[in-house]
Amino acid sequence: MTPYMRSIPRPTRREFLKAAGGVGAMGLTIGFEWLGPARRAAAAGVATIFAPNAFLRIDPTGSVTVIAKHVEMGQGAYTGIATVLAEELDADWAQVRVESAPADAKRYANLAFGMQGTGGSTAMANSWSQLREAGAKGRAMLLTAASLEWKVPVTELTTDKGVVFHTGSARQATYGSLAVKAAALPVPEKVALKDPKDFKLIGRFLPRVDVPAKVNGTAQFTLDVVLPGMLVALLKRPPLFGARVKSFDATAAAAVPGVVKVVQVPGGVAVVARGFWAAKKGRDALAVEWDDTDAEKRSTSVMLDEYRRLADQPAASARKVGDVASVLKTAAQTVAASYEFPYLAHAPMEPLDAVVKLTPTTCEIWAGDQFQTLDQANAAATAGLDPQRVTINTLYAGGSFGRRANVRSDYIVEAVSIAKAYGADGTPIKLQWTREDDIHGGLYRPMYFHKLEAGLNEKKELVAWRHVIVGQSIMGGGPFEVMVKNGVDPTSVEGASTIAYRIPNIDVSLATTKNPVPVLWWRVVGSSHTVFAVETFIDQVAHAAGQDPFVFRRGLLEHEPRMQAVLELAADKAGWSSGPMPKGKGRGIAVAEAFKTLVAQVAEVTVDTEGHVSVDRVVCAVDCGVPINPDVIAAQMEGGIGFGLGAAMFSGITLKDGRVEQDNFNNFRVLRMNEMPKVEVHIVPSAEAPTGVGEPGVAPIGPAVANAIFAATGTRVTMLPFAKLGKA
Amino acid sequence: MATSFELNGAATTLDADPAMPLLWAIREVAGLPGTKFGCGMALCGACTVHLEGEPVRSCVTPLSSVAGKRVTTIEGLHSQPAKAVQAAWIELQVPQCGYCQSGQIMAATALLEKNTSPNDGDIDDAMSGNICRCATYSRIRAAIHAAAHSLAAHSAKG
Repeated sequence: MTPYMRSIPRPTRREFLKAAGGVGAMGLTIGFEWLGPARRAAAAGVATIFAPNAFLRIDPTGSVTVIAKHVEMGQGAYTGIATVLAEELDADWAQVRVESAPADAKRYANLAFGMQGTGGSTAMANSWSQLREAGAKGRAMLLTAASLEWKVPVTELTTDKGVVFHTGSARQATYGSLAVKAAALPVPEKVALKDPKDFKLIGRFLPRVDVPAKVNGTAQFTLDVVLPGMLVALLKRPPLFGARVKSFDATAAAAVPGVVKVVQVPGGVAVVARGFWAAKKGRDALAVEWDDTDAEKRSTSVMLDEYRRLADQPAASARKVGDVASVLKTAAQTVAASYEFPYLAHAPMEPLDAVVKLTPTTCEIWAGDQFQTLDQANAAATAGLDPQRVTINTLYAGGSFGRRANVRSDYIVEAVSIAKAYGADGTPIKLQWTREDDIHGGLYRPMYFHKLEAGLNEKKELVAWRHVIVGQSIMGGGPFEVMVKNGVDPTSVEGASTIAYRIPNIDVSLATTKNPVPVLWWRVVGSSHTVFAVETFIDQVAHAAGQDPFVFRRGLLEHEPRMQAVLELAADKAGWSSGPMPKGKGRGIAVAEAFKTLVAQVAEVTVDTEGHVSVDRVVCAVDCGVPINPDVIAAQMEGGIGFGLGAAMFSGITLKDGRVEQDNFNNFRVLRMNEMPKVEVHIVPSAEAPTGVGEPGVAPIGPAVANAIFAATGTRVTMLPFAKLGKA
Repeated sequence: MATSFELNGAATTLDADPAMPLLWAIREVAGLPGTKFGCGMALCGACTVHLEGEPVRSCVTPLSSVAGKRVTTIEGLHSQPAKAVQAAWIELQVPQCGYCQSGQIMAATALLEKNTSPNDGDIDDAMSGNICRCATYSRIRAAIHAAAHSLAAHSAKG
């Protein structure tokens, strides 16, 4: 781990707990009645609260509440959001707490999406100006309040850690004591923001607001929601994608003690019971006959044969520069490769779950909700209510990696449809997925086939680049369909069509396939496969040109100084030029831009005589603009590397005659402790606006390791996961 | 049917299906939500609790099998090693989504209660059954070493 500026005194444990807020503490109460944020504030008897905007509340005790429009799913969004607002407010970090925003697209839209939701590593990027301004306006009003109180000009006032000072008269007042007065003032239209050189919180080590509750078991996940009279539902879903319920016999399920009701819903048949165990036993006993007329019955191996054929046929153009076809014909040397990427499940640690309390006129939802606006709309449509009648309590999500952000709101809609079929009588129902439900459940990162060709001229310069991608569209056929232009879903080709290397002739094209296997974005989206293909192929081209792969890349990035800089930083810190590695070991490099963040990684691997690969060390350089919280950035790079490495080495979903062959973590393998390399993270200092860090760290690790395997063995890895080749 | 055992130091009787996994008994019957459900097959470790001081996967441990025995969950952690582990987890800012961390902390505490100065191989052996999809593994390893150091410093003082 990289130590950062840790000179800032850390809050005490007590302050930590305070900062973590009431959500965690509530987890200690058995069978609590949920108090939403507004109700909590009312219950606390706080009559006068200074709330200058939708993101900030200061109460007379001085407690600063930052309202987070983004879900906290591990990426550190709560901490980052609070840091930005608290910076401009000049708040005392120990007095800052975070609470989740209600579903309200008017106030809490993601400015990158135009609706409320979290994804695409946008949380900090879209909140940056908005929350700086929100904090600065709050501070300006507190200053005005003090100036009126003391009858001194605002220009003579200063602030620090939640206190306003007037040096001339040696007076000071806490924000809490000024809150009532400030609340009566008009909100200023315009306000000056801090000069970054005056930042006190941004760029420093600040402890995460959610860590204490996540260390003592009190953090509140959806799994932990208990409401009076709540029942638990498990849903039996079709064994094939696209199959439907033909008939079912609930006799045996209904006879299981604790089972209350068995109901059919559009997605299958649900067993509603008193507790998980009864629901599970009930579902095991449930007999369902399926209609698989429209179901996918092929195996993934058959689908891949089709993908290979499509790669040779004309496809939609994603990028065209120059004339690749004729340059390739006359090239002094050509290089070619093709790649196979499997379907991937997200497998967040918390299997999907949602609690719904449905009445004929209202619908209240508790979930680690990632797409509030769409979930609200989809829940409303399912319940037959206006969206305004649907409230969402966003809880900590036990991971997501994209899974909870889906346009069909699958797990939310299931929960609402079960509550509706149960009778919409206000009985709270928790829908719980098992791990097998999750692995079998679809909405995978799509399977892809890539085909690449490159041409070198007589001077060994890269002059032509052709890249064909074949796979399903994530955005097609839903509310994001408008993003699909001329047959190209940008999420299928990003990282390939946006290739940064200077090449005079480029042709990137796409063949979009269709089948009933539902697909979804998975951490770093398109770059989860495109960057692997681009970065291992450029490595292959570098070797064909007789050049060092780092030097070759650097030469093609003269016009991209930020990308070149992260590449150089990673190579330098890894000791790239320190000479050859011992036999059986290899070093590989890769660089990528994802969501405007630049990441380069150097991986060092050992390959034993039987071909088993272990990744010993990864050096990562990242440029994400202003580093808001360096320790969170480092954590996201470390975690992204582990997540991407596990997928590259072990993970894949395959279908045999339509049936998913994996079930749980036994055969959908993910990275474990003994497989985690040592990771070093280096952050490029920057004054540019911040960009995201939740996803980009995932992109380069697979190709960096594959290139290291080549360096160690002379074998190119083109089929993921590596385990398929007996290399992991 | 009722099963009696010691839960976090208190004599406890839970009236539930004796075949019910301990995980659901402690979560839904005893009302202790800190222990998490991750796989239901002893593959991920999110449900790790201590049974007579040993780390076990409560998702595959039938309630009946703990009759008369001592069970500790994240809510009942009080030992010196446990405190050192939790302090190190905060110091090194280990959690991301946090969902697996109760299980990680239970496994790490059980390790340090047996072995006060584990090496990396010991940590691999003790912790490889606990999956973290956020891959906080580097920090978990560093935090276990840090907790071991603080315990050593503590016992040197004492």
